[in-house]
Amino acid sequence: MRTINVSEVTEKISEACIEANHFLSADMKEKLEQATRQEEAPLGRQILEQLQENLRIAGEDMIPICQDTGMAVIFMEIGQDVHFEGGSLTDAINEGVRRGYVDGFLRKSVVKDPILRENTKDNTPAVIHYDVVPGDKVKITVAPKGFGSENMSRVFMLKPADGIEGVKNAILTAVKDAGPNACPPMVVGVGIGGTFEKCAILAKKALTRPVDQHSEITWVRELEEEMLEKINRTGIGPGGLGGSTTAMAVNVNTYPTHIAGLPVAINICCHVNRHAVREI
Amino acid sequence: MDRYVKVPLSDEDAKSLKAGDYVYLTGTIYTARDAAHKRMQEALDRGEELPLEMKNNVIYYMGPSPAREGRPIGSAGPTTASRMDKYAPALLDLGLKGMIGKGKRSQAVKDAIVRNGATYFAAVGGAGALLSKSILSSEVIAYDDLGTEAIRKLEVKDFPVIVVIDAEGNNLYETATAAYCKE
Repeated sequence: MRTINVSEVTEKISEACIEANHFLSADMKEKLEQATRQEEAPLGRQILEQLQENLRIAGEDMIPICQDTGMAVIFMEIGQDVHFEGGSLTDAINEGVRRGYVDGFLRKSVVKDPILRENTKDNTPAVIHYDVVPGDKVKITVAPKGFGSENMSRVFMLKPADGIEGVKNAILTAVKDAGPNACPPMVVGVGIGGTFEKCAILAKKALTRPVDQHSEITWVRELEEEMLEKINRTGIGPGGLGGSTTAMAVNVNTYPTHIAGLPVAINICCHVNRHAVREI
Repeated sequence: MDRYVKVPLSDEDAKSLKAGDYVYLTGTIYTARDAAHKRMQEALDRGEELPLEMKNNVIYYMGPSPAREGRPIGSAGPTTASRMDKYAPALLDLGLKGMIGKGKRSQAVKDAIVRNGATYFAAVGGAGALLSKSILSSEVIAYDDLGTEAIRKLEVKDFPVIVVIDAEGNNLYETATAAYCKE
């Protein structure tokens, strides 16, 4: 049994909120550079160059990469041999988000009630996904999610008979409907299988996988490659203003499902695909 | 083609802008997004005056992140314009000449753009740090309680935008995507 004070969680989350909103991971930066070299459209290239310039300014001047600093989505992978002391873990996580967003000059974009819509003024609460894993460590992934692209995400409850072609159509439909709204070039997270809510979480988690890593399952890797190529043939392009770079990666996660179903979720992320990781 | 244009936007300039033009705006623009549009609509419904004059003005669909000390504004890129589609035609009919956002617009908005000789510009989504460098000053002029969604008056210099829907109804999203489509 390992004891961890929740104040340590608060501190790590606060740091990670600020880091994720100012610096993209190395794999995202590399993909963006590669896209800039390969883009066919002159205006598309110009936009991709601006996105690189934007990243440079964000890091040097500590201005968030995007003004939509997102709703804080937090994946907690908690070793089953860990014991937390010092108060409620959920409260500690939200305190970390509060400090990160207030101290880090990040935008407060959360409303307390979806209909009454009063801003909570500190970007809490976070959306927290808890997972219990073997061991005595805690892995925290902070993934602030902007809503330009979140709004264009979809869940399809397909039939088993729809098969892989149905899945491909669902992905292309979501991407085409998103078009310029989702700030392309996008990263497309896909969850296949499980239940209604499980496939959505799989899709969300797929966005945190490095964009230069494919699935280890052969058919899934082939689907990722094929869909990336198909999406980049749509012509949507950077900013939706035409070109050959509409997506930088398609990351697919799968899970067993029911004999009667084929749930598919497509969680679209803009080019500001943010996540920062901390381990305790 | 590259154009340097003053804002507020004159009727002549708005009419001369063509879908695909790369435009640098200099002058005064105003921010408003979801909550501010809702309030303006409610004010119109009650027959009240709006907190800003629409005639020849340009609204930027944007809610900034907070400014660090010594800076006029934080990150300041465009938000998705379609959420304002419900409110935009009434404002265009009151003389609003330009909107800056990102993403598709409804047919009703396109019709109102053509009817009023206005323009819909896109700024590059997700480039809020870069775009903030073209904003010289920012002042909240209405709905302060809305926080990031308050209406702000911005002084901008060479603020980069692209004409997406022009006064004739041409739509760059449609033509540019078709040009690179390989399906």
